[in-house]
Amino acid sequence: MTALLKAQGISKAFGGVHALNNCSLSVEKGSITGLIGPNGSGKTTLFNVMTGYVKPDVGTVEFEGKDITNARPDKVFALGVGRTFQLTRIFGRISVLENMLVATQREEGWLRGLTRSMSSKSELDAAMEWLNFVGIARLAKLPAGSLSYGQRKLLELAYVLVADPDVILLDEPAGGVNLTLINEIGQKIRALNELGKTFLIVEHNMEFVMSLCHSVTVMHQGSDLVTGAPADVRSNPLVLDAYLGGSDDDDIIEEIAHG
Amino acid sequence: MLLQKKNLLWVVALVIALFVPQMITNPAYRQIAVITLIFTACTTSWNMFSGYSGYVALGSAAFYGTGAYTMALVANHMHVPGNGDMFWLVPLGGLAAVLVAIPVGLVALRVRRHTFVVITIAIFFVFQLSAINANFTGGTGGLTLPYVPWQIQNYHLPFYYVALVVLVFAILLSAGVRRSRFGLQLLAIRDDEDRALGLGVKVFQVKLTGFAMSAFTFGMGGALYAMMQGQIYPQFVFDPMFDITIALMAFFGGFGTLLGPIIGGLVLESAQQYLTVTYSNGSLYLILFGVLFLLVILFMPQGIVVFVRDRMAQRQDRLESATKPASTETPVAQGVHS
Repeated sequence: MTALLKAQGISKAFGGVHALNNCSLSVEKGSITGLIGPNGSGKTTLFNVMTGYVKPDVGTVEFEGKDITNARPDKVFALGVGRTFQLTRIFGRISVLENMLVATQREEGWLRGLTRSMSSKSELDAAMEWLNFVGIARLAKLPAGSLSYGQRKLLELAYVLVADPDVILLDEPAGGVNLTLINEIGQKIRALNELGKTFLIVEHNMEFVMSLCHSVTVMHQGSDLVTGAPADVRSNPLVLDAYLGGSDDDDIIEEIAHG
Repeated sequence: MLLQKKNLLWVVALVIALFVPQMITNPAYRQIAVITLIFTACTTSWNMFSGYSGYVALGSAAFYGTGAYTMALVANHMHVPGNGDMFWLVPLGGLAAVLVAIPVGLVALRVRRHTFVVITIAIFFVFQLSAINANFTGGTGGLTLPYVPWQIQNYHLPFYYVALVVLVFAILLSAGVRRSRFGLQLLAIRDDEDRALGLGVKVFQVKLTGFAMSAFTFGMGGALYAMMQGQIYPQFVFDPMFDITIALMAFFGGFGTLLGPIIGGLVLESAQQYLTVTYSNGSLYLILFGVLFLLVILFMPQGIVVFVRDRMAQRQDRLESATKPASTETPVAQGVHS
């Protein structure tokens, strides 16, 4: 296996706060990689660095062996790295279907948009197909702002998928979602993974992460602490320490230890 | 079928517009009609960028003035005769406005929301003060354009039809943008710019293009206005009230809709001009506009068009639920355009 997406020695400070401190992460091609850690350990910042939203002070990000450290988000997306946000972000005042269409032009020049219509037949079909895949096709004509929180999560997943990225970064896909939907999202991710999609997932729901991921990286105070198979990570004393030292949330420690 | 019905309404509106000068023969009222068309075109164009992208620009008078001064300066220096030939300078005024809008956009579009609004106002005042203080603009005395020796009775007729062409151009452009991928990207930027960037939308290029495109109509409007008046002054073509009026008309009709700014422009600009002509107190309209603005924001924050559309949809729903049992199935979309 080779690393599809790789962050190496990333450091990033916001004023005096060192959000990331010599952090490295490698996502193998075809894998589902989990990224966990206490709140404030730098997971989302690492996501932002890897997708071009935040420029690191030090370190490099590579995608398919190509340096994308300082590429802008649209460029990173065009190369094939899609992401969702922790606080689900959709385009609220246009329809669900139009939301999907925004993402379908990943390799198109910007002037082309002026001379072409909003969608081609094939793009519409693809958009409807992915909406169908996540199960919200019947909502296609509604304004996206009228969707429930869970439906927004699904829409966000769908419109990242419609551009056919090679690797998808999911920031808390199970956050604030009911149990049935969590399982559903898990199944979708597994199905897509079998089709060859690579995933990097930030998630606090340990059961979700441990059951889904092939490899898990634990972050602590801006650095990668431990990387390994879910079972190994779960029993690693360093990980328990990190959660003990970083927060007083005993439930999470219980969850890590016993799954 | 709905689309055809819609198209028919546009055709009817155009035919009516063509015959307006036959119905209104008083030159003073014809002038009102011309200025109304110019402002409606500008509002449509303003909405094509600000309404779709959510970037409320309040310095567009800079482009209107640029068009006016381009018309005056080129006509004078190139010795363009005072006749219909001057109309060829109208698109040139638009082009000059686009050329000016590009560097303005490069600066202003780096910031968002309130900061963007303030920056556009500041840039506008740079233009106004430059026009007042520069030599080639004639300073506060402004510029006199070549005299167009047409009969007063029918003086405004050609201007009316050229203004109508400008308006139709602005509407077609706005409608085209709304249906294009580019327009979708502007709407995505309005809703969540960073998310759009993360989905591959080249947001800065898209914003700059939209901004510069909208300036074209402003420039043409300013050029046409200058030619009709025969004399321009910096404080009238670089008028801070210009953008307030434009924005109000767009909000009144329906910010971000195609039809809204047209309705807002036609109703409010003609009302304003009428009040100004009828009552010598030129700022009476400001009081009325202020009150109107409050009423619109309070009771129809999305503008008349959306307000009426929602009411009609509600009535339709009530009719449908009365005639047949409610269906829980939402129809799957066949296309994007409704």
